[in-house]
Amino acid sequence: MIKNDKTNFTGTSTYVLDPELAKIVNVSISLEMPLLLKGEPGTGKTLLAHAIAENLKMPLIVLNVKSSMKAVDALYQYDTLTRLNDSRFGDSKRDVSDIEEYIKMGKIGQSFKSFERVVLLIDEIDKADSDFQDDLLDVLDQMEFDIIEIDKTIKSKHRPIVIITSNAKKDLSDPFLGRCNFHHIAFPDHDMMKKIIKAHFPDINSRLADASLEAFYNLRQLPGIEKKPATRELINWIRSLQIDPDFDPRDLKRKKEIPFLGVLLKKSPDYELAQKRIYLYR
Amino acid sequence: MFLDFYYLLREYGISISPTAFLRLHKALSMGLINSLEDFYFIARSIMIKSEKYFDLYDKIFAYSFKGVEFEDPFELGIDKTLKAMLMDWLKDPVQLSEVLGIKPEDLKKYTPEELVKYFLERLKEQTERHDGGNRWIGTGGTSPVGHSGFHPGGMRVGGRSRNKSAIKLALERRYKDYSQQGPLDSSQIGEALRRLRNMVPAGPKERINIEKTIYETVQNAGEIELVFERSVKDRLKVILMIDNGGWSMDPYIEVCQTVFNYAHAQFKELTTYFFHNCIYDRVWLDPQRRFKPFDVDDFVKKDPETRLIIIGDASMAPTELLAKDGIIYFDEKQIKPGIERLKFLRETFKHSVWLNPVLISEWQYIHTIRVIAEVFSMFELTLDGLERAVTHLMVKK
Repeated sequence: MIKNDKTNFTGTSTYVLDPELAKIVNVSISLEMPLLLKGEPGTGKTLLAHAIAENLKMPLIVLNVKSSMKAVDALYQYDTLTRLNDSRFGDSKRDVSDIEEYIKMGKIGQSFKSFERVVLLIDEIDKADSDFQDDLLDVLDQMEFDIIEIDKTIKSKHRPIVIITSNAKKDLSDPFLGRCNFHHIAFPDHDMMKKIIKAHFPDINSRLADASLEAFYNLRQLPGIEKKPATRELINWIRSLQIDPDFDPRDLKRKKEIPFLGVLLKKSPDYELAQKRIYLYR
Repeated sequence: MFLDFYYLLREYGISISPTAFLRLHKALSMGLINSLEDFYFIARSIMIKSEKYFDLYDKIFAYSFKGVEFEDPFELGIDKTLKAMLMDWLKDPVQLSEVLGIKPEDLKKYTPEELVKYFLERLKEQTERHDGGNRWIGTGGTSPVGHSGFHPGGMRVGGRSRNKSAIKLALERRYKDYSQQGPLDSSQIGEALRRLRNMVPAGPKERINIEKTIYETVQNAGEIELVFERSVKDRLKVILMIDNGGWSMDPYIEVCQTVFNYAHAQFKELTTYFFHNCIYDRVWLDPQRRFKPFDVDDFVKKDPETRLIIIGDASMAPTELLAKDGIIYFDEKQIKPGIERLKFLRETFKHSVWLNPVLISEWQYIHTIRVIAEVFSMFELTLDGLERAVTHLMVKK
């Protein structure tokens, strides 16, 4: 058992935690290892970090990785332009000869400098080049980095809880993987999804829940659907169904039609394909 | 200690570093693992870094801890291969009856599944006494590959055959360690492919060009004039075509997969197509070659600067390459012979290579390799060959 109750993650009111994932999260926290999460979109990878932060009452720092991002951007930025401007016009209160005044911390830098332990989410790391991962290797391993311009080392005060997500089917680089714990979140099965729905809609009518889940999984199984609807779409869809006064869950059972299909399927070929299928069933 | 478990995982090709294994022990010593279930999840999260291996991990775990019989994962594919082979033979009942030793009139009594079973049993017998093996299957020199194809040199069972034939491989698998490393080490492939890039300025103008800034500033009588430019990015488009059909490619699956995985990691704009033996009217976007066909004619619409990399053994019956309707799938019609299609692709893309996993010393013995090598620049699928292929692809034209 994990003795330190402060770091025992148990899920939140809207995040339904799978016991398997809970174990892995808690071990990663205890071992002080970054946890790499993979899985198809909509399996709650990003939400997990939010839930951990909420549950453990720690601040959350999110680094949204962009394709053009370099590792150093995530650590710190040296604002040369402001310094140049200040040196020319001299109207700021900053000391131009002190470079440190022009160093701004990036998200990782912020998480290191924080006075309390934080949850650091590195979201969609696969978006950036593989150089990005390689450059972050040592930073995440040692939990420190150097600011070259002022020759200063920033060391983390409290090792942040690092959660990394990746959407890609391709693997990240081997040395990077070696420094992380890994978990692949499978798409929730029927029972799990029911729990998730219950967490989001505590007083949902069970007939509606069953009917919509059935329609949802049927849609996901249609061959040729490019972007399968995920949890997020399902929740939005149920929300729309609840608002619609004319909607009767029995219609879904009878496969008459799927109202608000556009909430579930967002690509037009998928939409047309699904409509054709529904037409066939009629 | 779980050393056996660890080494068993490694033996089946899951590369787990000693560090990860030690980390598992750290977790154990910290008292984080208190049940077999804990161990299952935590060991997996610490040691297995890709969901690709989850299934294999499950099998090995079940074997190690529950004593469940372990099916060799490398034999699982055999069924499919055999089925495809039998489907091929079914078109020619005379040959099939010869091969299986069943009278043609009795053949009708069997369902395809039964035939596969029967065939597998024969295959087992065969492995046990493979001394006289070459008398057993198709000595008449007709190949099961290609329904109307004639395989030069015939098909030999066991022993060393230059024209790699299906049965031979099916048999070899049973006693040969299949998990051997291919000619290429995976990290080396990454290195070799890394050189294949086409740097062009892209994205927003966000980088200061110091030289130009100084020049412009001086021109501007010392009033600072900043010059920004776009940073250079790799914008290389790559099309990868992989021969993933047939048994002749089986020994190279591992090396092809490695190249494929690294190519995926390396290139942003990479499309992969699959074909079987030769390229005909269409190639496929899905590895099963069933759901997502792509007309070869449509490649004209692609950027001619796209680099085309074809991976295949180029070994097939000559008819499959040269004849119209030579395609080995009986039910598919084709408009042009494969060789025309290959020439068309060669002309469409300025930069193209054919990577062949067959050793270069054997190329001269296989007719179709020689023919295809005249169309495409062909390189051996080794580190050396890959490097030369990359250089070839980067030559300015």
